Amino acid sequence: MMPEPRLPLWEVFIRPRNGLAHRHVGSLHAADAAMALLAARDVYTRRGEGRSIWVVPTSAIQASDPDDKDAFFDPADDKVYRQPTHYRVPDDVGDM
Amino acid sequence: MSAAARFRYVLGLADDQLTLGHRLSQWTGRAPLLEEELALANIALDLIGQARALYQLAGGIEGAGRDEDALAYGRDERGFLNLQLLEQPNGDFGRTIARQLLYGALMRDYWPALAASGDAALAAIAGKAAKEAAYHYRHAAEWTVRLGDGTAESRRRMQAGLDELWEYTGAFFEMSADEAALGDGAVDRPGLRPGWDAAIGRVLARATLMRPSATWMAASGRDGVHSEHLEPMLAEMQILQRSYPGLTW
Repeated sequence: MMPEPRLPLWEVFIRPRNGLAHRHVGSLHAADAAMALLAARDVYTRRGEGRSIWVVPTSAIQASDPDDKDAFFDPADDKVYRQPTHYRVPDDVGDM
Repeated sequence: MSAAARFRYVLGLADDQLTLGHRLSQWTGRAPLLEEELALANIALDLIGQARALYQLAGGIEGAGRDEDALAYGRDERGFLNLQLLEQPNGDFGRTIARQLLYGALMRDYWPALAASGDAALAAIAGKAAKEAAYHYRHAAEWTVRLGDGTAESRRRMQAGLDELWEYTGAFFEMSADEAALGDGAVDRPGLRPGWDAAIGRVLARATLMRPSATWMAASGRDGVHSEHLEPMLAEMQILQRSYPGLTW
């Protein structure tokens, strides 16, 4: 068994190609930002996945509370007028 | 240019990468962190890949029909021409990082010098290896700083690793008889010393570690004379091909 590492946790974001956005790929333990970058390279870009890496301390992320789910997300469920498909395109407009 | 000297020169370089690559592979399943497990295995695979390319080249130069497997698995301890540092046991993580730092600071400059040398076949291999070695050095240097400037325990272990392995660094800058015979087909090792000294000095200063002061330096290993650690390592590494010659998966 490996001992439980007492090192900070970091979230890793990889940009696969120029022009695409960085995407969250996972997390890792590292002593500081420079070491986290090296570890991210070794753990998450072994098969040529990346052109750029971001690492962010997990503690810097403010996450929504699952208990707030109803208040946060349910009100969006019945606002059909926020969907583009709710609107009928007049025939005179033609192809958009 | 003597083909025999060039064969032994390339073989020695291949043996360097294979012995260190195999040593690092022994960390698999035992590394202190999952992240380092992958990092050390990645470095081991880089080194074994370099060794394969060099063994293929060496086999072609020799022209006796020996392929990479025959050269890696079919020679005994006295036939291996690697630097003695690289066969030294892993010890603890600090000692492994010390070995990576000392050797990494050398190869970071060695491969670019070889890539610019007069030997086109070696230059092609060296060009690829140079990128890998730059990362290996960075990995070792950053860890040296964290361990040296870390806890009392990590500092003690990091310093002990450097002190124990320092005596093997003199050989980095000695020209073997084969290298001397090749002229500009081989890298001028003494010329790498100032850059290596400066790089090690910068890392040790950041790490608040002491530069070891050993005056006695071990023999190089290029003549096939090794420490007591290579033979058991080869016994383990070669047992399958020795037991079932020509075995394939």
